[in-house]
Amino acid sequence: MSFGGVPDTGGRITAALERVEHEWFVPRDTMPELRIEPRNLHAALAALRDEAQFETVTFITCIDHHPEEPRYEVIWQLNSVTHADRVRITARVSSENASVPTCIDLWPGAAFSERECYDMFGVRFDGHEGLKRLLMPDGYGHHPLRKDFPHQGIQPDRLYREWDRERRREWETEEAR
Amino acid sequence: MGSLVPADVAAESGFFATRTEALINWGRKNSLWPMPLGLSCCGIELMAMIGPKFDISRFGAEAARFSPRQCDLLIVAGTLTWKMAQACRTIYDQMPDPKWVIAMGVCSSTGGMYDSYAVVQGVDSILPVDVYVPGCPPRPDAVIDAMLKLQKRIEREHPLRRITRGPQAHAQETGSGRLDHQPNAGHELTHLDRHPHDPQHMREEAGVR
Repeated sequence: MSFGGVPDTGGRITAALERVEHEWFVPRDTMPELRIEPRNLHAALAALRDEAQFETVTFITCIDHHPEEPRYEVIWQLNSVTHADRVRITARVSSENASVPTCIDLWPGAAFSERECYDMFGVRFDGHEGLKRLLMPDGYGHHPLRKDFPHQGIQPDRLYREWDRERRREWETEEAR
Repeated sequence: MGSLVPADVAAESGFFATRTEALINWGRKNSLWPMPLGLSCCGIELMAMIGPKFDISRFGAEAARFSPRQCDLLIVAGTLTWKMAQACRTIYDQMPDPKWVIAMGVCSSTGGMYDSYAVVQGVDSILPVDVYVPGCPPRPDAVIDAMLKLQKRIEREHPLRRITRGPQAHAQETGSGRLDHQPNAGHELTHLDRHPHDPQHMREEAGVR
């Protein structure tokens, strides 16, 4: 089974994912796309890395399909240096339990991508030890790339003022002592 | 506010008379030590300004120190994000008095083109700013002009009032070190603050409900 290019990507993927439930198709950009249930994700990613030689993860991102359910579509794009081809993996998760397994045990470099995805969309990555915000300040209660985030944006100035007040209170108590 | 006696008079007589405040201001304005806070592309122009072609050592301000404890002029050069705001304010607080601030570029002056949830809409909402420099990024000569304006401003200050009236009153007068001086805090949004491409705004402009 060939996907039209020189490398037999489809053959490798189907061989690697024999024991994992999946469906695949080729969208118009000709990059094979795998749809996988969130519970099978870690097994699928491990099989793709070890058996199909997809050594690197290019990026991890997410699409918000608000107001559809399941709402979030988390996307991994893997790159094989050996075979010079790529594959895209998508998984739909609902808004009540927006969590997918982490893959930093497979690719340690994915940690920052997962943090960014969590920061912007609020999708949790189970098993990620340091899953905290990457770009927005800690304690900011919104996820800016969600579709229901207002267009004008919400400035985190309240957080800054709280920090500022707290700091001045500390100074005053120090001076009083 | 008075200046030093010309050098030839001083050389003839061996001494000169002046006001203490004029002498202090003369010393302060000609030895500004900038703290370069290069946050984005303005930082490159700032480096050009310090370098030999524009050369701010002509105005006595070439001693750029990378420790706020040794500086008295904070140049906020570039886009200040809210995540960086705490660090920026901490740097300002760590600088010893007297201290001045130049907001370099439109990003640090007003937020500029970054009408965004992540960017501070003007550093004057977290620090007192003395001189604003427009431009994206401003040329080094514009920043040098700002520095000359700041020198003019320093000439008009009254440093001895810090001793005669106490540091609190002095800080209130100059704005320097005023911790609660946040001009944009509590600023109410009007239709002018709306994003021009906001769909709701466009509907309202067109009179469509």
